[in-house]
Amino acid sequence: MSKRTDSNLYTMLFAIGMVVIVGSLLAFVFSQTKPLITQNQKIEKQQNILYAMGVNENDESSAVFISSDKAGAEFSKYIKKQLIIKGAEVTENNEAYLINVKKEQTNAKNGITRKLPLFVGEKEGKTFYIAPIRGKGLWDAIWGYVAMDQNMVVQGAFFDHKGETPGLGANIKQRYFMDDFIGENLMSNGVFKGITVSKSNNDPKNIDKNDNEVDAIAGATITGDGVAAMIKSELSQYVPYFKTLK
Amino acid sequence: MGLLSKKDAALITDPLADNNPITIQVLGICSALAITAELKASIVMSISVLFVLGIGNVVISLLRNIIPSKIRIIVQLIVVAALVIIVDLVLKAFAYELSKTLSVFVGLIITNCIIMGRFEAFALGNGPWKSFLDGIGNALGYGVILIAVGFFRELLGSGTLLGFKVLGDPIEKTGLYAIGYENNGFMLLSPMALIVVGIIIWIQRTKNPALIED
Repeated sequence: MSKRTDSNLYTMLFAIGMVVIVGSLLAFVFSQTKPLITQNQKIEKQQNILYAMGVNENDESSAVFISSDKAGAEFSKYIKKQLIIKGAEVTENNEAYLINVKKEQTNAKNGITRKLPLFVGEKEGKTFYIAPIRGKGLWDAIWGYVAMDQNMVVQGAFFDHKGETPGLGANIKQRYFMDDFIGENLMSNGVFKGITVSKSNNDPKNIDKNDNEVDAIAGATITGDGVAAMIKSELSQYVPYFKTLK
Repeated sequence: MGLLSKKDAALITDPLADNNPITIQVLGICSALAITAELKASIVMSISVLFVLGIGNVVISLLRNIIPSKIRIIVQLIVVAALVIIVDLVLKAFAYELSKTLSVFVGLIITNCIIMGRFEAFALGNGPWKSFLDGIGNALGYGVILIAVGFFRELLGSGTLLGFKVLGDPIEKTGLYAIGYENNGFMLLSPMALIVVGIIIWIQRTKNPALIED
């Protein structure tokens, strides 16, 4: 019996059969789960944006989104305007949050003017301007949302990552790191400077909010540099819009 | 154990002690180094491997008489990869939060040498029920070590367990930190995982000299 499975013909047929069966099984599962996955991703984006402007269910130390079944309603309650900035042109679009930042970045590289989404939220009489950012960590993509006031002072930040090292780079989505950005000024003397994730700033409690620096995570230098780089390259593009607000 | 015969029970208990996949067979070391900086990650990884190894072993065992031996490694890889992708998609659709926690590990499961090792060494030569028990046993043995390493690395490296500050606050200087204790950042780096695994191997072999090869 063992001889039967040794022939070349059997091996080939087995391989072909296996590929067909496994391939169609995966295709079936994928097509069945796709609508649910897309829906989940939409909700996640809404949760992220709301998180950045402070609409969340955080307790003392953990970062908790507002629950996914409430996300849609809260999103339309707090987000007053969704803008698309394209060059000097600003348009309103209620699906702006679905803009694929990665695709727009590639467009920009190929010389096409990029669409920059910006969400204007209002909470307790305060206006928040929330922008998405995206960049590279150590292993894979990192991204997030930064909420600012009209002077480009950070009001809240949310970061996430695809595959940073657990316990090290993955800690950019921990409260102690994200909360450090609150109150930091992106501008310095009227010029956009960004926020550096610094290993040498002697300010672990982050008391100085005008130094354009937050404290780095030990063992996560490259992820931290990635966060600083994406803040700088992405948010600097919003400066012309914020100038028009004054 | 009334449910299992003595031999079957040994399939589960052996990998927990004297035939542990990590410390004796030295399989699955890669993931033991990579993800044990946090206890939570260790636990999640252990459960994922338990699931994939249990089911994968049964699938391979059922197919064992029809798999052509020339391409058996490829067939094993396809089975693991397909299982992992299905699990990933189903989690993304029905347990999105959990799937985000798992994201890094899903890829790592495919490359985990324990899985290929057990397919090759056990499932190809034994029936489905035995293979299932073997898969569960080895995954548990793997998990025990992972959780032990994760426990010490998170405790000594970050001063937390599952994110809770069990030793006090290092910045506010409370708890142990008030009397001058410091976290050892080295514990968070991969080499320390190897050293912790080494210490476990040392203890295990001291207790049971039969394990020492000449």
